[in-house]
Amino acid sequence: MSLLSTPAGIARDAVLNLSAPAARVRRERAFQAVLLIATLIALVVMATLLFDVLSDGARRLSTDFFTSYTSRRAEDTGIRTGLTGSLSLMVMVAGMSFPIGVGAGIYLEIFAPSNRFTRFMQINIANLAGVPSVVYGLLSAAMFVYLAGLGRTLITGALALTLLILPVIIVASREAIRAVPPSIFNGALALGATPWQATQKQVLPVAMPGILTGTILALSRAVGETAPILVAGAVFSRRADNAPWEPLEAFGALPVQVYDFIKRPQAEFQIEAAAAGIIVMLTVLLTMNSGAIILRNRYARKR
Amino acid sequence: MSSLPPLAGPDSDVSLAPRSARLGERSIVGVLWVFAAISIVTTLSIVFVLLEEGLHFFGQISIVEFFTDTAWRPFGDLDSEGFRIGVLPLVSGTLLVTVIALLVAVPLGLASAAYLSEYASARVRGILKPALEVLAGIPTVVLGYFALTLVTPALRTVFSPESINIFNALSAGLVVGVMIIPTVASLSEDALSAVPDGLRAASYGMGATKSVTIRKVLFPAALSGIVSAIILAMGRAIGETMIVSVAAGNLPTLTVNPGSQIQTMTGYIVQAVGGEASRGSLTYNSIFAVGILLFVMTFTLNIIANRIVRRFREAYE
Repeated sequence: MSLLSTPAGIARDAVLNLSAPAARVRRERAFQAVLLIATLIALVVMATLLFDVLSDGARRLSTDFFTSYTSRRAEDTGIRTGLTGSLSLMVMVAGMSFPIGVGAGIYLEIFAPSNRFTRFMQINIANLAGVPSVVYGLLSAAMFVYLAGLGRTLITGALALTLLILPVIIVASREAIRAVPPSIFNGALALGATPWQATQKQVLPVAMPGILTGTILALSRAVGETAPILVAGAVFSRRADNAPWEPLEAFGALPVQVYDFIKRPQAEFQIEAAAAGIIVMLTVLLTMNSGAIILRNRYARKR
Repeated sequence: MSSLPPLAGPDSDVSLAPRSARLGERSIVGVLWVFAAISIVTTLSIVFVLLEEGLHFFGQISIVEFFTDTAWRPFGDLDSEGFRIGVLPLVSGTLLVTVIALLVAVPLGLASAAYLSEYASARVRGILKPALEVLAGIPTVVLGYFALTLVTPALRTVFSPESINIFNALSAGLVVGVMIIPTVASLSEDALSAVPDGLRAASYGMGATKSVTIRKVLFPAALSGIVSAIILAMGRAIGETMIVSVAAGNLPTLTVNPGSQIQTMTGYIVQAVGGEASRGSLTYNSIFAVGILLFVMTFTLNIIANRIVRRFREAYE
């Protein structure tokens, strides 16, 4: 150990003294491991759920399941009404919520004066995003079903879902617009464009991928929502198709159909048919979400 | 050249004001304003509808009875046999589910937030964060199916079928807890990431380890953000409807026993609407009375959470 007296030896010794005691290192590793395990628990639960649904429902999937109406006999029942209802709802909700949500986002981000009323609007939108979805159902039931006299029809369901996801679309649009460099807007103004021309021709095209991503995610939420349309008057066992051009017809929807299956006592309904319906619903949602994520990634790479 | 007047300025003849009144432009901005104002109309409509229908209810039922009676059997009318109109069992059912959910979501959500913000590499984050987003996107009726067909049978095996009803608060609460984990995790992670690196560096410089830094420095510094995340998650648990109406049952019970069948406020709304209560009946109006309570509870929680968030943002930016 002649090294001990050399400067290199002293330096090595000092480094050794600075390193943490083994017990402390173990405690640190254990802490990190616990955090990782806790993070994974939620994902394991989700994986279990997906596996369970697939194993319960995969056998039940067939073309008949898509093309048949609801039946009292579990082996004959299908989700045709729910599918056409959900597709119609999606088209109508997109048609209403996209222009209104993006318009509101543009106003708040570009045109709104900074005064108390604007601040009040912003706070109100943030708070609306936290109102339970079932309350939108109550609003729709009282406002559109009875006061407006529309009855329990497709349009009342679409209105309930539109109001529900508007705050989400507004917030997403604002974020997408805010991410556009102000120089683009100001440059257009300097060249003589009016504020609206600058917005429409310059800012919106740049912000559009972000806006679309947010809108698709919001729509996928609307497709999976059960409580508001249940309260707004969706029906379980309708033996007819829905179409967006028939807004005053009674309506069904996929999640409502799944709820109906779950509520029945027979295992063929409660376990198998429900699981098969859930597989269809999750496939639709997953497709929409991955579309949104692809859009977002492509957008992120470009910028 | 020198004879030309200056292009702009106080002495200029050239006006910089728009040549036309730009009516089209103004009307477009007007339309956009109307779109933005729809959100306020929505809030006002919710308040109006709930109050209008709720007032019919409180015209017939005393508010004291509503909040103090201990049984909820609002079917038929005032003279029906067994008619009781105390909302406490519904509130206790909601709170029981919410407490169980928070017991699950707060520790797991905070651990996820700490892991994602302080430990995870960019690659691991790139996998875990989208996975949590997918979890947040699963429709709640699917989670209800999960609670009823998988969690409840498992609980009945672990404990005993006698102590756990087929419909019970425990199963619903556990799954609601899983549902709100992404809310707690993602908002708390934002709060942790917003803590300036100077605080971390100072803590390491004082000889603290990473775990000590997280527990003693970062969590206190991000506390307001974390608290508001938990409050928002609590609001979501209170308002959650499908999991509880599938898995918790339809029997309003004033109990703290998580194994028994209960009914929440949201569960009652769905059940009563499905029962085709005719408009104007006391049962129909009671839906809106419960709706008022639900709206007030969640709206208050949201306002508190958003207040805390805004205050917290000012601290570090």
